[in-house]
Amino acid sequence: MKLLAIDTTEDSCSAALCIDDEMLWRFEIAPRRHSELILPMVDEVLAEAGLAVRQLDALAFSRGPGSFTGVRIATGVTQGIALGADLPVVPVSTLAALAQGTWRLRGATTVLSALDARMGEVYWACCRFLNGSMVLDGEERVGRPDLAIEALDDACWGVGSGWAVYPDLLLQSTGVSNQRVLGEQRIHARDVASLGLVALLAGQTVAPEEALPVYIRDNVAEKPARP
Amino acid sequence: MNILGIETSCDETGVAIYSSTEGLLAHQLYSQAELHAEYGGVVPELASRDHVRKLLPLIRTTLEQAGVQGPDIRGIAYTAGPGLAGALLSGAAVARSLAWTWKVPAVEVHHMEGHLLAPMLEEHPPAFPFVALLVSGGHSMLVKVEGIGRYSLMGESLDDAAGEAFDKTAKMLGLGYPGGPAIAARAEQGDPARFQFPRPMTDRPGLDFSFSGLKTYALTTMQKESAGLSGEALERLKSDIARAFEDAVVDTLLIKCRRAVRESGVNTLVLAGGVAANQRLRKKMNQMMEAEEGQAFYPRLDFCTDNGAMIAYAGWQRLRAGEAQGLAFQARPRWSLMDLQPPRLNC
Repeated sequence: MKLLAIDTTEDSCSAALCIDDEMLWRFEIAPRRHSELILPMVDEVLAEAGLAVRQLDALAFSRGPGSFTGVRIATGVTQGIALGADLPVVPVSTLAALAQGTWRLRGATTVLSALDARMGEVYWACCRFLNGSMVLDGEERVGRPDLAIEALDDACWGVGSGWAVYPDLLLQSTGVSNQRVLGEQRIHARDVASLGLVALLAGQTVAPEEALPVYIRDNVAEKPARP
Repeated sequence: MNILGIETSCDETGVAIYSSTEGLLAHQLYSQAELHAEYGGVVPELASRDHVRKLLPLIRTTLEQAGVQGPDIRGIAYTAGPGLAGALLSGAAVARSLAWTWKVPAVEVHHMEGHLLAPMLEEHPPAFPFVALLVSGGHSMLVKVEGIGRYSLMGESLDDAAGEAFDKTAKMLGLGYPGGPAIAARAEQGDPARFQFPRPMTDRPGLDFSFSGLKTYALTTMQKESAGLSGEALERLKSDIARAFEDAVVDTLLIKCRRAVRESGVNTLVLAGGVAANQRLRKKMNQMMEAEEGQAFYPRLDFCTDNGAMIAYAGWQRLRAGEAQGLAFQARPRWSLMDLQPPRLNC
């Protein structure tokens, strides 16, 4: 199976190409340069593999939650390629992709992913390693870091930018051990690709126009009161 | 050669296909006006979200309508600015990656250049040079156009854009959004003799505009005259104010355009932008240009407001000269029309 994955959600930007059990990638920490870097990265990994975009089986992308603009860049680029090459798409949760990275890097089997959501809140979700990959355990949410977040078990890792911004509040509310906090770990397209491949093999793909962001924070504007 | 044009700078998603040999093949527009009306104006985040949902289905429909397959598209033009950053980026991401996938050039288009060139899509297009009056919700300017990318600013609004003044006045009168069509409809029933509004900045030399005072004048007239009124009398007052306001805006634009035409010695006038859809404005501009022994040109009504057709056409003018951008894409929320250059090879 050949799958291309992209992520532009945080201050990092990455593209990964998965060809069966081989993985090629580009990754860069590059705040606000996603729209400049992502297509060259995609172009490079395909050129390195000597593959044409039409030879791919599917695309995967970080569908959120995260920076609205970042999520839309990943979505738009994915929609454009998928429409142009007539490819199915796998939308992947950023929170699950983070957890997948922690399994890859640390062998973690339970993770509480938290991304900084600004406005004093975090996007968060519990993830569990199940049948070879990380899956969401419960819903993805947005909320204050000191409220209603509980680790799945004693071995749970705390991962993502939310942990870098609110380390104390999250340690207190979740019960995660401070030995297992990775506030600097970024989302990597390699992990988006891994999760995308699992979904592709399970037939969980969508059409290009259904490749849409999941923002979680949906109350973004207030209607004026009726006079 | 078929060019796909994509417009997402504000609250309309526009897609079109322009053929260099056959002209416009298809165009589709989705307006978010209803979505934003509930909020009393455009909410940028909601606009971006809606573009992401609507753009792909619209591209598919446009291809179908044109009877064109993906590989028949030889270039993609997209609005890079000016406009709402998130909305622009949503369109740019899809446009640029689609062009990469199809291995065709992609070119950034300036939204106002699109408006300026919109009359070129008509059966009898104007020839260069011409004077253009660009009047929309975000812009009011007079530009001398000597060719593609050869623009010089003759005058502009110092405060509200003309369309913005229509919107605000309509809101104040409780006539709804967008304000241009709402005011024009009510002005039809208004008495032109009841009020005489000022013609701002026409009594001094120069080609700049100011519309915010006119909006205030409408407000104070409303406050002064509406005391104790209700029912039909109140509605009649609103119609009369709408008429006085519209007449004042139209007259002001007319005086400035005549001045611009005389000063530049160019007797071809182009009107573009949403306000150019105003029928009274069109009629009076025609009369004025006839008297000046020149001619006024307009886009069809559909292409006065935002659309993909003008973007496809403007993009083609640059693509045909070999202009194209690399794989990086960007939004240019503030991008001056005067910064544009004539088309050039591989910039």
